Amino acid sequence: MDLLQELLLILYALIGVAGLGILFGIGLSLASRFLAVQKNEKVELIEKALPQVNCGACGFAGCAAYAEAVASGNVEINLCTPGGAETLKAIAHIMSVDAPEIGEKKVTQVHCKGGRGTAEYSFEYSGVKDCNALFLIGGGNKVCKYGCLGLGSCIKVCPVDAISYDDIGLVVVDKDVCISCGKCIDVCPTKVMRWIPYSADYIVACNSNDKGPVTKRACKVGCIGCKICEKKSPEGGYVITDFLSVIDYSQTGDRNEGAEKCPPKCIIKN
Amino acid sequence: MNAIKTFPKGGVHPHGNKAASSSQPIKNAHIPQQAIIPMSQHIGKPAECVVAIGDAVKEGMLIGKASGFVSANIHSPIPGTVKDIIEMYLPQGIKTWAIVLEFQGEFERSGKLFEKRDWKGYSAEELNSIVAEMGVVGLGGATFPSHVKYAVKPEQKIDSLLINGVECEPFLTADHRLMLEKPEELLEGIKIIQKMVKAEHVYIGIEVNKPDAISLLQQKINDANLKFEVVPLKVRYPQGDEKMLLKAVLNREVPSGGLPLDIGAVVSNVGTVYAIYEAVVWEKPLTERIVTVTGSAVVRPSNLKVRIGTKISEVIEECGGFKTPPGKIVLGGPMMGFSIADVDMPVTKGVSGILVLSKKDSHIYQNDPCIRCGRCLKACPWNLMPTVLLKEIESQNYKAALELGLMDCKECGCCTYVCPSCIPLVQTFKYGKILARKK
Repeated sequence: MDLLQELLLILYALIGVAGLGILFGIGLSLASRFLAVQKNEKVELIEKALPQVNCGACGFAGCAAYAEAVASGNVEINLCTPGGAETLKAIAHIMSVDAPEIGEKKVTQVHCKGGRGTAEYSFEYSGVKDCNALFLIGGGNKVCKYGCLGLGSCIKVCPVDAISYDDIGLVVVDKDVCISCGKCIDVCPTKVMRWIPYSADYIVACNSNDKGPVTKRACKVGCIGCKICEKKSPEGGYVITDFLSVIDYSQTGDRNEGAEKCPPKCIIKN
Repeated sequence: MNAIKTFPKGGVHPHGNKAASSSQPIKNAHIPQQAIIPMSQHIGKPAECVVAIGDAVKEGMLIGKASGFVSANIHSPIPGTVKDIIEMYLPQGIKTWAIVLEFQGEFERSGKLFEKRDWKGYSAEELNSIVAEMGVVGLGGATFPSHVKYAVKPEQKIDSLLINGVECEPFLTADHRLMLEKPEELLEGIKIIQKMVKAEHVYIGIEVNKPDAISLLQQKINDANLKFEVVPLKVRYPQGDEKMLLKAVLNREVPSGGLPLDIGAVVSNVGTVYAIYEAVVWEKPLTERIVTVTGSAVVRPSNLKVRIGTKISEVIEECGGFKTPPGKIVLGGPMMGFSIADVDMPVTKGVSGILVLSKKDSHIYQNDPCIRCGRCLKACPWNLMPTVLLKEIESQNYKAALELGLMDCKECGCCTYVCPSCIPLVQTFKYGKILARKK
């Protein structure tokens, strides 16, 4: 008798649970039919086409947010710099519009090589490890007020770890890892981080607009604006403005001669 | 005596370290052979240089003219000639023009007897213009031009004047010595300010670690039959901040972004009171201030009356030089001061102390990650959330930081003082505030 009662109890429980399961099953299937969210297929497709690094270079909170904005049709489709031409083509195809032409991939690079041993320092800094904090104390602890401060604020903001310290305590960008989001350029207080084309063979690794003698006192490898590079490589696109040589990369002539003859050796291979 | 008052929340109690210099009477420092006088020694617009290279200047002559509404005059501390006008960086990182004076000629004021000016017949506006003329700024450290502070509009009703003799920063003893040595002058200075701001009640807030100053001022007030009230306060940092002092003495809170004027009060440091006394009664411009030179690496800790523009190196030398190689030299107190990289920096109107710390005392700790203990939240007297503010500033989200009240941070440093992970919180807020203002 006791055994039968116990078996019955188990049976009731089984029926009860199975019944609840069926009930919820029906409920869910109804809900999925009548309460389904209409998804925009385009959003999903665009999201897949985006590089998924969530860097924020487009100005949106991430790739998903940008995909939604593009699908709504109110936003330019060429805002994703990390994706480059391929992504742009894919998005243009999804949105059935013509892909606008974009030039060559741009990357960032630090235009300074004046670190420990080459540049003059005016004081020892022991505060917060942030370039912006150091910059507020009279423009940094280097005598030159244009150079890389070397505290790595750009390293902190880089979403893909393309920036690392070099052997003289400054930072350097790996152009193959860089996704052109431009966050390092925004954060850099001295604006020593600048855009260059991916194919750039040489860079003038100096950012100083000081006059030649002033730069020379502050740093051994600073551009003194001597114009020798301009003379030696007239086709190379060296333009000297405000005592600083800047390469115009639309000129494709030889830059080798000018770089080799540079007195402070600040024109370096990238 | 009343119950000992203090502000309600937050704050810290660092070791006072005042014994080394609190018994040292104020001495006149040597006259500098060369004085460097920056044009930006106050909050607001820098003064405009009104002398040229080669000009001869007299003692107390106007050399920098106030150039805006919030600005202050600057006078020559020594007679001499203008040798150079240079561009320099102040410890706070401000780039400014500075006049380099070479000592020459005779003193026309120092050591001479003058007739006391009877200011009782002057109106509040006249007194205010004298204060403006003499370039008096708040000597507690903020260097806010005094004539702007005391320019009370007719619609603003001021009922209380608070005199700040708290000196809550560790190490500093300049205000303490001033209260002990010049009580009568201070009381007269208070009367002048009281007339300027038309305040009914006067309170003098002093922390109980200065019992001699409390009893002396109380006695002098009783002798002169004045209605001033000396308020003893519990020893707690940052009680010397005007907003905390208001909270402690009057239990009134200044609204966020507001001034003490908004709640009918004016707060003034004792150093400022003395400068106003000298300006009004003796027609003396603000060309010298009392500086505490102390710390573990200086031979003779002292309180010196230093002429503005004297090089820090000369001041330290007068105190016997360095006992051990210094690790850090801080202008101001250890909690809110700025460390300097160059001992040839001049003493400016805002330098209340020169703190010379040995290498051992100025050890810099490596910071560890935040362990979310919440001590900084408890310590913040302004009810801010340092942990959250830090995260927002580190991710350059200045808008969110401003919404969280970044601008209400007075940089008192309590959060950093209590942080067990040694996170540079207040340092981050300092630069965050400047960057947030730019954006």
